[in-house]
Amino acid sequence: MSSETDAEAPDAPPFLYAPRRRQILQGRNGLIASTLSSALIVAAILTILFWAPGGATFRSTFWNPHYLWLALKGDPHQAVYSVLGGIVTNIWMFLLCEVLVLVFGLLIAWTRVSTSPILLPFRVLAAVYTDIFRGIPFLLVILMVGYGLPQLNLPLVSNLSLASYGCIALTLTYSAYVAEVYRAGLHSVPHGQILAARSLGLTHYATMRRVILPQAVRTVIPPLLNDFISLQKDTALVSVIGAVETVRSAQIGVDTYFNESAYTMSAILFLVMTIPLTRFTDHLIARDRERRLAGER
Amino acid sequence: MNDEVLKLTSIVKRFAHHEVLRDVSLTLHRHEVVCLIGASGSGKSTLLRCANLLEPINGGDIELFGQSLRDPRIDPDLVRRHMGTVFQSFNLFPHLSVLDNVALGPVRALKRPYEQVRVEAMALLARIGLESRASEFPDRLSGGQQQRVAIVRSLAMRPALLLLDEVTSALDPTLVGEVLDLLTDLATSGTTMLIATHEMNFARDVAHQVVFLDQGVLVEQGTPEEVFDHPRHEATRAFLGRVR
Repeated sequence: MSSETDAEAPDAPPFLYAPRRRQILQGRNGLIASTLSSALIVAAILTILFWAPGGATFRSTFWNPHYLWLALKGDPHQAVYSVLGGIVTNIWMFLLCEVLVLVFGLLIAWTRVSTSPILLPFRVLAAVYTDIFRGIPFLLVILMVGYGLPQLNLPLVSNLSLASYGCIALTLTYSAYVAEVYRAGLHSVPHGQILAARSLGLTHYATMRRVILPQAVRTVIPPLLNDFISLQKDTALVSVIGAVETVRSAQIGVDTYFNESAYTMSAILFLVMTIPLTRFTDHLIARDRERRLAGER
Repeated sequence: MNDEVLKLTSIVKRFAHHEVLRDVSLTLHRHEVVCLIGASGSGKSTLLRCANLLEPINGGDIELFGQSLRDPRIDPDLVRRHMGTVFQSFNLFPHLSVLDNVALGPVRALKRPYEQVRVEAMALLARIGLESRASEFPDRLSGGQQQRVAIVRSLAMRPALLLLDEVTSALDPTLVGEVLDLLTDLATSGTTMLIATHEMNFARDVAHQVVFLDQGVLVEQGTPEEVFDHPRHEATRAFLGRVR
């Protein structure tokens, strides 16, 4: 009797073997291979830095221990700000902005998914707002807020510090992004959850507040943290309106000593701030992924 | 005294130009169990969703305790508090414990104090033998357990009737029995229920009335004996022939 599945085994015995070049990478050899390839890449980068024609100049301008130290501690005699002192400004800016962005972003997202007829103008406004502030380069928003608001000559908003204008600009732009993240999260909750909640007689508000939002927040935490990492870095752009934060401090140092090591120091300080958050975000994403895989079984 | 709980009169429901329900009328009396049978797509689920106002209807009338639900002054949220709904896919709230799933409606919709509701919710969970799982999250439970929790979640609202939409269709065959047992138990204790189901033996056992829907039309209605043993319409006979 013949069927579709009775082809015979091929004659040569090792017909299920992987090709030789892949056999080499199996087992303990894999560890050796990964170590070797990593060493090669590091060596290549160092080679470029040390043997490039301008390598020596590069190192003395961007990696000069003396100026790295000067940048870190500042130099009051030369009116050079400390890069470390500057980053304190960046830190309070992003801490403040993150709180504001979380609140405004949610408010905008909530408005956009609302259904009440009376909120229609707000829904339109919220949509226009997110379109505008996701569409304008952040640099322009800072310039317009930083130079525009003082000209309005309004009480309260026209006499703020430069860093505060930076915070307004950051909040305006990032709320638009975060609102979209929230909205995606709200839409990611299965429709059956809404049906079940409404069937219990919960109002639209109670359904959103008790059933949809708690589930949405869980899914949006990783993308939200991604936006926060980017917000942390974008505090540097506030330097363009003259706010003395870490990048502005570094710039002053560079202009004074004609040595760029202050930029390097500023970059190191940013990494110290952002890497813990990036690692934490990756950890959360990996954990969510594992949970999803475990859920599917 | 008039004991009509839910009265559907000449319900018409269209999606775009497709008529999903055509002139469907049925009445549910107090303590009565009505089973809706029919092929997938015959309009059973749509009828249930129209009944609790999750879907607007295009014609006809729905009355709850003699009050028309097409009256513009009606608050759908209040209406749904009187109708428990159980879905094919359970739809338990994954971020809440089993207990809080059951307590959510009474606490957040009826604004009753949590402590009081908690005692009742525990009693309901005890009824389905799951009081020891009250603090766990729904994903720790089997499908049958989840569906039973979903049923007592609707009961916690002390509804006037239950609407059940193919509540065993998403279950592993080995878990169907425990859910049907609970429904039989509820039927015996006089719970008013409108049940869309594919479980013909169950329908025969618990239903007072069986309603056969075919392509949005109510073809035949009667006692289980009338519909299952002496179907008068060719469509009913054909359907029953296919499912046996």
